[in-house]
Amino acid sequence: MPTELPTGGDTLTGSRPEERATAADRVSGLDALELGPKKEKGKVGKRVWASTWPKLLAIAIVVTAWQLVYLSEWRPAYVFPAPAEVFAELGELITEPRFWDGVQLTMTRAITGFALAVAIGTLIGALVSQFKPLRAAIGSLITGLQTMPSIMWFPLAILLFQLGEEAILFVVVIGAAPSVANGLISGIDYVPRTWLRVGQVMGMSGIAKYRHLILPASLPSFVSGLKQGWAFSWRSLMAGELLVIVPGTVSIGVRMQTARDLNDAVAVLAYIIVVLVIGILVDQLFNAADGALRRRWGLTGN
Amino acid sequence: MSTVVRIDDVTKQYGSGSSALLALDHVSLEVDKGEFVCLLGASGCGKSTLLSLVAGLDKITTGTLDIGGRHVALMFQEAALFPWLSVAGNVELPLKLQGVGRAERRKRAEELLEIVRLSGFGHKRPHELSGGMRQRVALARALAQNADVLLMDEPFGALDAMTRDILHDELERIWREQELTVLFVTHNVREAVRLGDRVILLSSRPGRVIEDFKIDHPRPRRIDSPEVSGQAAEITDRLRAEVARHAN
Repeated sequence: MPTELPTGGDTLTGSRPEERATAADRVSGLDALELGPKKEKGKVGKRVWASTWPKLLAIAIVVTAWQLVYLSEWRPAYVFPAPAEVFAELGELITEPRFWDGVQLTMTRAITGFALAVAIGTLIGALVSQFKPLRAAIGSLITGLQTMPSIMWFPLAILLFQLGEEAILFVVVIGAAPSVANGLISGIDYVPRTWLRVGQVMGMSGIAKYRHLILPASLPSFVSGLKQGWAFSWRSLMAGELLVIVPGTVSIGVRMQTARDLNDAVAVLAYIIVVLVIGILVDQLFNAADGALRRRWGLTGN
Repeated sequence: MSTVVRIDDVTKQYGSGSSALLALDHVSLEVDKGEFVCLLGASGCGKSTLLSLVAGLDKITTGTLDIGGRHVALMFQEAALFPWLSVAGNVELPLKLQGVGRAERRKRAEELLEIVRLSGFGHKRPHELSGGMRQRVALARALAQNADVLLMDEPFGALDAMTRDILHDELERIWREQELTVLFVTHNVREAVRLGDRVILLSSRPGRVIEDFKIDHPRPRRIDSPEVSGQAAEITDRLRAEVARHAN
């Protein structure tokens, strides 16, 4: 049992706090109360595990279902092989330099096409949002183009460009550019009115208004447009590589088509997984960019 | 004293023909330099419209509005800070638009944040601050505009009573120290009496000036002092009568 009362900590005894508190104290006291204690971010290992286990679980579910269907002998094994066989094939594939040449070619096409789509989409979006008549005329056309299945463009693309890189590029760009344009247009459309009023009172106009207000304000919507544009360009590219086989190339699509011609179901499934994995990885990149932006802006929950 | 804002017989009508809406009806009002004027009224009295007109965001239909080419700054119920800029970046933006150099900007923003008691918060993002703190950043940004008149449209309307009370003290202090001229819109009678040198009571639909109350209780005031409460009660009675007129 303590025999002595602590002597520290009661130096304020005798003075009434409300009389002593200055306005500055009240303000900073209120700020401290409203901001609350800082949240701990948690350990790195724990966070990595939290984002990893759902993916592992998803893989486990798919592979288990696949194995069960295989065991049920729904289709003969040479048409519907076991997961183990496909993963073994994949393991071999990734040691082949020619496979990586194919990946490189496909990714080069994807990035070139996407970059071109971003440039064109941004230009169109900026023009359309700028001029009212253009907006009325082209606005709905852009939305219409977005819903157009990209495979419909191939017959025309092949007539225009024959079986060449340009045919693929054409369809990739026409598939992705509307999404990019739409993202920018809706970003510009939905700049909050109070921000515009604040900008106007500050004396923003012309280029300054775009640079300091409209463009930064439309960034989140633009990023969503980019993400959607990427998804469209990736789909268009895969359709293109299956349909438009440029002589002498060994893209992922060409290898996939060859595997089908040879009735090589193991390879077909292996390439499906390759395309899926690339899609997921790129999506993760976009999500990371989007997430970083949202955190900076305070758009995330809590 | 010199008049900073002169509103003479101003009418504001939205639309035309049978669907026309008369927002302000022959409103006259003068604000002197260094004055704190509160515009008070129920819904539909056009108090925000009047502020937009003074800010030059909207055009008057008839009458004259003269601010002598002076600059105004505007604050809203939301702080309307830009989320892509830090707190300091938001305060610096008006200075940047005025062409102030980087070093000078940084120094001035620091001073302004000190005035609103937010030194050390410059590197934060707006969303990391509380509502009351964000309104103070908005005030610092308004001060950075070097405006002759500060227009405030229910700036504390979304805050809790405690925060609002403290911000009244802060605004009163900054108004005095910086020798500001303020035109403050509110529907809160006590807030108007707490802050204003004058309280202009407006009628609703259309907005007309009913009465111009002179508030000469000594400052600093408290919102719960008997003088403020007493005068607020008197003005509230007038406001109630005005609202009742719109029954049926």
